[in-house]
Amino acid sequence: MNTSYVMSSSPHMRSDETVTKIMRDVIIALVPAGVIGVYFFGPRALMHIIITVAACIASEWAYNKITKKGYNTIGDLSAVVTGILLAYNLPVAAPLWIGLVGGAFAIIVVKQFFGGLGQNFMNPALAARAFLFSWAVIMTTWTAPHTVLPIFATPATDAIATATPLVALKAGQIPDAGLFNLFIGNVGGCIGETSALCLLIGGAYLVIRKVISVRIPLAFILTVAVLTLIFARGNNNLEFMLSHILSGGLMLGAIFMATDYATSPVTKKGQIIFGIGCGLLTVFIRYFGSYPEGVSYSILLMNACVWLIDTHTKPKAFGEGAKK
Amino acid sequence: MKKTFKGGAHPHDFKELSKDKSIVTIDAPDKVIIPLSQHIGAPCEPLVAVGDHVKMGQKIGDSKAFISSPVHSSVSGTVVDIKPCPNPRGVEVMSVIIENDHQDEPVEDFSFNDRLSDITRDELVSLIREAGIVGMGGAGFPTAAKIISCAETKIDYVIINAAECEPYLTNDYRLMMEYPNEIIDGLTAITKIFDSKIYFAVEDNKPDVIDRYQDMVKNRSDIEIVPLKTKYPQGGEKQLVYAVSGRVIPTGKLPSEVGAIIMNAGTVYAIYEMIQRRKPLFERVVTITGDAVFSTGNFRVRVGSTFDYVLEKVGGFKEEPAKVIMGGPMMGITQYRTDVPVVKTTSGILCLTEKSVDRPKRTYCIRCGKCIAACPMNLLPAMLSMYAEKKEYDKLEKFDVMSCIECGTCSFTCPGKKYLVQNIRDAKAKVGEIRRRRAQEEKEKKEAEAKKAS
Repeated sequence: MNTSYVMSSSPHMRSDETVTKIMRDVIIALVPAGVIGVYFFGPRALMHIIITVAACIASEWAYNKITKKGYNTIGDLSAVVTGILLAYNLPVAAPLWIGLVGGAFAIIVVKQFFGGLGQNFMNPALAARAFLFSWAVIMTTWTAPHTVLPIFATPATDAIATATPLVALKAGQIPDAGLFNLFIGNVGGCIGETSALCLLIGGAYLVIRKVISVRIPLAFILTVAVLTLIFARGNNNLEFMLSHILSGGLMLGAIFMATDYATSPVTKKGQIIFGIGCGLLTVFIRYFGSYPEGVSYSILLMNACVWLIDTHTKPKAFGEGAKK
Repeated sequence: MKKTFKGGAHPHDFKELSKDKSIVTIDAPDKVIIPLSQHIGAPCEPLVAVGDHVKMGQKIGDSKAFISSPVHSSVSGTVVDIKPCPNPRGVEVMSVIIENDHQDEPVEDFSFNDRLSDITRDELVSLIREAGIVGMGGAGFPTAAKIISCAETKIDYVIINAAECEPYLTNDYRLMMEYPNEIIDGLTAITKIFDSKIYFAVEDNKPDVIDRYQDMVKNRSDIEIVPLKTKYPQGGEKQLVYAVSGRVIPTGKLPSEVGAIIMNAGTVYAIYEMIQRRKPLFERVVTITGDAVFSTGNFRVRVGSTFDYVLEKVGGFKEEPAKVIMGGPMMGITQYRTDVPVVKTTSGILCLTEKSVDRPKRTYCIRCGKCIAACPMNLLPAMLSMYAEKKEYDKLEKFDVMSCIECGTCSFTCPGKKYLVQNIRDAKAKVGEIRRRRAQEEKEKKEAEAKKAS
């Protein structure tokens, strides 16, 4: 009689869902925004993406090696996602070393120092972006679409600088670019944030694949919409509101950054509160902050509240409070 | 829209391995091991002694306790020993060992004799008790005790659990397909116990069962076939009652709280056998399956046959199994040895090869929330598991750990391959212990105060 059978507590079967598959879906969803980013901002944009992804993978690999983890986590593709998101949050004219610094900071300091995937309390790409604001001029020098930039050399900033639509909105004006250009992404801004259309396509893919639910993005965007409609500046409320929604990093933030698993609530109610909180803070910063964009900081601030939100939004267990 | 519950998962069901294999009877072995406890509740006392001759179907163990169920000999022969024996539940259980004389001399004539028309409710209930019938889905709650404890409540939903939502298992499916008239007789018997309609709930992955039974009951107003969406754990007590009746069983209560009672399809067949053939429960249909088994199928097996014997009889292994499970893959129990007997609740023997054994290299939570979306009890498995790892029992209680039905949907769904339900199961045992201790302390405190006052 064989007595070396595996003993274990049920269940004895698992779904074929893996972290790698989820991350692969996120990467696929990010492709349209990247393609249009490269189309509008040129091959230098692609170079940024390659460098940040490489920096993130290398940092992940090196950290696992140095700390003798005994396994390597680059295979789960989460470092690739962080790398892509970081590149999407960079202005195309930034020097290439900025992606190296940002990638290393995102993975080593923000993610691994706090315990690795799932344990970090702030979105690595966003926290790295905030860190990179140590070089404020670099991070706020925007380029108009279709400007020809060198692939490797750093362009002189004064020659290429343009204003983003958010600057106009801050002054209470409708951006000159017009809603259509805002929608397809033909405006100045970070590499992957300008095209609402492509980001929405990616978001729809994630929802269909059940990687994310619509709760956080919808609550986030709706909150911004309602507030900018009520407190519109200028004389066309609707156009002002739509410009706000389509400008800056709102779509990228709401769909891809605020939905980051590790740094958003897990409860349904919590996700809605989180989305509303992000929306409130975004509008607050956009209206009253010294910097015209508020999406990154609003998400980072809400990241810090996730545990509080989660522990106070426990759903009712099935049968709890049920009456005869 | 098909009736169902919130949450759940869709595991691949592997039923194709055995669903088209007719039930084949496996001969009784030379020796049977009949455990004196094959149910939830008080174990039986032996009614026989070493050296006694017993007949097939003879009662050999019983108890005076309300929640208990007698056991019967599955062969005719001689009692050779009464001693604790290994049991598929993982503990040693006092068992009667009978040497088979291969005469199959029955204690009573088991041939069919229609007694349905003039049987009374009390007779029915007492026959069900005497037959040793228990919930045959796996839990093994004594059926008669279940019926009697509902006597005081108004039952208006008698639900037959024919969902068979566990992957791999096809024993109920085969019974329903091969013995429809017998199942209908069993249902008719149940209508005589409860003044209520019977809801026969089947998952829609068994369309042939649904069609067949819908046709058979088309002229009857007392039985309704309820097709359910195929989803695990559709056969869970609370999920099933909700899917069929829309009623929610309050936390910590039984289905009777909302006027419902559930019986498994296999149990209905056992009721038929006792009522119409006076045959107590000493054999059952077992699905033998898994990628390690040479020839998968559904087999009628005498209670007390060892797993070893049964597996050898069906042709043995094509590959040495790494894991042997009693029941299905979602809630079944792993076996460390295979000389344990088939019992009343052995719905299946699942033998998996090393390839099919889940051994994740690393487990971690990425907080994706898939376990939360899938939890049929609307709990937060990721958080419960984390609190369990940290042994924060007060938090566990606050987050409703005791509502967990241990269906395993969370662990199944987890992309990080965490042992969620396993952690939660451990924590439940601890929280239960803490609750009992707290209750005891309060009781003692009250007693001390009462003493002081007097």
